[in-house]
Amino acid sequence: MSDFFLIMKQELAVTAIIFFLLIVKIAGKSKNVEWLPWIQLLLLLNFIGGFFFIQSGTLFADMYHTNGLLAFQKNILSLGVYLISLLCSDWLKKSEHLPEFFLLMCSSLLGMFFLISSGNLLMFYLSLELASIPVAAMANFDLHKKSTSEGALKLILISAFASAVLLFGISLIYGATGTISFASLSQVVTDSPLQMLAFVFFFTAFTFKLSVVPFHLWTADVYEGAPIATTSYLSVISKGAVAFIFITVLYKVFAPLEAVWYWMLVVLSVLTMLIGNLFALRQQNIKRFLAFSSIAQVGFILVAITGTGVDSMASVTYFILIYVFSNLAAFGVAAIISEKTGKENIDEYKGLYKTNPFLSWMLAIALFSLAGIPPTAGFFGKLFLLTAGSVKGNFWLILIAGLNMVISLFYYLKIVRAVFMDKNENPVEKVLVNGYAKMGLVICAAGIILAGLIGPLYDYIRELITYFFN
Amino acid sequence: MNLLLLLCIPLITSLAILPVRSRAMVRWISLFGSVAQLAAAVFLFFAYNQERDTGNTAVVLFEDHFKFISNPEINFHFGVDGIAVAMILLTSFVLVAGVLVSWKIEKMTREFYFLLLLLALGAFGFFISLDLFVLFFFLEISVIPKYLLIGIWGSGKKEYAANKLALMLMGGSALILVGILLLYFNAGHTFDVLQLSHTNINGQLQKTVFPLLFIGFGVFTALFPFHTWVPDGHSSAPTAGSMFLAGISMKLGGYGCLRIATFLLPEGAREYANIIIILSAIAILYGAFATMMQKDLKYINAYSSVSHVGFSLLGIGMLTQTAFTGALLQMVSHGVMTALFFAVIGIIYDRTHTRQVNEMGGLMKLLPFTMTAFFIVGLCSLGLPGLSGFVAEMTVFVGSWENADAFHRIATIAACISIVVTAVYILRAIGKVAMGPLFVNNITKGMESNSMKDATWNEKLALIILIGGILAIGIMPEWLNKLLKPSAEMIMNRFTGN
Repeated sequence: MSDFFLIMKQELAVTAIIFFLLIVKIAGKSKNVEWLPWIQLLLLLNFIGGFFFIQSGTLFADMYHTNGLLAFQKNILSLGVYLISLLCSDWLKKSEHLPEFFLLMCSSLLGMFFLISSGNLLMFYLSLELASIPVAAMANFDLHKKSTSEGALKLILISAFASAVLLFGISLIYGATGTISFASLSQVVTDSPLQMLAFVFFFTAFTFKLSVVPFHLWTADVYEGAPIATTSYLSVISKGAVAFIFITVLYKVFAPLEAVWYWMLVVLSVLTMLIGNLFALRQQNIKRFLAFSSIAQVGFILVAITGTGVDSMASVTYFILIYVFSNLAAFGVAAIISEKTGKENIDEYKGLYKTNPFLSWMLAIALFSLAGIPPTAGFFGKLFLLTAGSVKGNFWLILIAGLNMVISLFYYLKIVRAVFMDKNENPVEKVLVNGYAKMGLVICAAGIILAGLIGPLYDYIRELITYFFN
Repeated sequence: MNLLLLLCIPLITSLAILPVRSRAMVRWISLFGSVAQLAAAVFLFFAYNQERDTGNTAVVLFEDHFKFISNPEINFHFGVDGIAVAMILLTSFVLVAGVLVSWKIEKMTREFYFLLLLLALGAFGFFISLDLFVLFFFLEISVIPKYLLIGIWGSGKKEYAANKLALMLMGGSALILVGILLLYFNAGHTFDVLQLSHTNINGQLQKTVFPLLFIGFGVFTALFPFHTWVPDGHSSAPTAGSMFLAGISMKLGGYGCLRIATFLLPEGAREYANIIIILSAIAILYGAFATMMQKDLKYINAYSSVSHVGFSLLGIGMLTQTAFTGALLQMVSHGVMTALFFAVIGIIYDRTHTRQVNEMGGLMKLLPFTMTAFFIVGLCSLGLPGLSGFVAEMTVFVGSWENADAFHRIATIAACISIVVTAVYILRAIGKVAMGPLFVNNITKGMESNSMKDATWNEKLALIILIGGILAIGIMPEWLNKLLKPSAEMIMNRFTGN
């Protein structure tokens, strides 16, 4: 019994937070806003608690399993949620339904925990639903804005469509093999036509969730419409979790089909990087811009997945950790400015440095990290992704990825240029950054600088994974 | 000597100025840090010579290992050979001079010096690294400072220049990255330069990787036809930025081409040597002729840099020991010379607010000190004996002449022609600016041109330091030769198979 609590402790902790929020909502008499510091504290404790008493084991007849690596990945996700709660505190404070927002976010987080821990297609499907349905509600949280509803509706439809495709794939797999457990599936998967069809459906659902080209069309609209807190959640946390389980499924379940999905990944990664980058070049709205830049980043993640299981898992886990810091810092600055001034256009960021040097430096560090330029951690993240991708000797892919880094540098520099160099008659006025947001940004910046320079971190992740894949 | 010192001094200095509010403090701390760095570099020079004199013939000295990541295996492996010592000396001289000439920067002083020191940090780290990954890391560090230095403190079409520079250098880096990864996965899973040099890398791989690395580093060092960022970048950058770009950053590329690409992949180098010669001969001639057409002093120096750096690449392509030594001498010489040239231009621009040659004249009367420095650097640029340019170019030509076939001879002669062209544009520019009747035709018309002050103490100091460097190489090149020759020999041994 105590094993049960220890193995599932991260999920139980999040569940406890969810119940706490429910009680707050139902029984709390005071104003919602006052709960914000407490909720942030709980999320912080949840993150810190994740590092202790890590146990590996399985539950419910192999439906659920956990180990050091998964615990680490869950910690990354918890960290991201905590940072979002800090960075978007201005927006959250204004919201009438603050506990509900956290309720939804934590439910989705719980879904992601189960998702990366799942050892069975049924569990996988259920947790994916748990992870995605609350997000649709979160996307519609700015109730008075029309574009929000539009984005949310798109997200719901796309999620539902992806789920349907996935479910169809799962049922075909079950029909063809008679099993839904990951462990036994890897023994029986073959490339018979029926199973190939099932696999393609399965694969497609993932590409929807990761917004891989050509299934990326929903991304920009949803990102633009949703409140920035939701957008950053979608682009970092939900992508991270799906990327983790994607690698597990490919290498542990569909390993026999590697010859098939290897080339699918290569083609999709090239397309994703290229189209994400080319569309990002033309964007004027910072949220749309970050949406396309995050599509391009997924392309780089796919490059890494073409490597081997251990390499890709290590580099992607490391990259997502850095991506949490970098992307959340960029979104955080955008959230602060948008909340205080309503400005979201890149042109309106011109001359930001004159009035807001702190925010400008934070944004610059985040963008340089996203572009993969040292001394930021993004450099190491990108390089490890590319190193993982070149294990199989496909150096053309690496060359294309390298050239895509050049294109991406161009548009990241565009913002840096607007912020630092361009003149503006009426720049964004001096924004007062509240303590929480400042702390969040400083944590992100520290993470961006330090995570790269601390070498043992990558070794640590790698050790966890070697254990996971054996 | 512990090489980490060379990284710590700029790092600590740059961090130390971050919390400082007063401009004067920022300047003095930066100057103190860069002088300390210079002292460390000079100490390294003597320590290195002493170690060599005692008969230590190891490939690199003062080695240091720090484990960074075990898989992929990346170590902070530091160590210096003669080339690195010379480059470190060069970098620290230019750093001190750069800090001195930027004394008057009023706009965001703290950020300026921070970025300048970060740029220097990248260069020092690059020269002492013996691990390709770490080397690449330090090479890339310089992208942010360069971009921001040009974009924020630059002049003219600075945003365009900054973008072009950052993107072209990043493109070069992408090639280097693919080259490094190819080596890593096909030649023994190591990034270590020394280990790779002992590995037998098969010919086909060498022929694939060499162009990637050479072109990649070549972009940094203005290899024709990837030189187009040079004129824009150099002319838009602030004075210290130009000094660094031309004096140091281009040398990173040259160092990479010779010390990494050619050293590790001799068979690849042999395969492509003729192409390198053709490209560098074109760069030398094209740079020289393009300079003749320029009217802006910074553009003159930028295009002439393309031409001068071409000599380094020509020396590398000749594949003889003398030519390698000449290439290295040329890198050091050009580094000092071009930094001095840009410093002088900066001083002139600060006084006259113009860089157009035909808008000024007779400045010798007003700015005697600066103009004397201008003469010295001009004469050095056209290769007057007794100054560093002569020593370097002469060695390259002698080394090139060792190849007796018609192709090499023609390339050498073509390169020699450029010296005449250099004399034309240099003498014309100097004559126009320094001699003749006094005349400054531009916005400062309103102000009394007699009120122009000659170089201030900090500028004088910077000029003297750099002139000292030119003379030290020009009059007694033996100390530098002694430093570079054994390393050139070691690279040559890779070709002769000893």
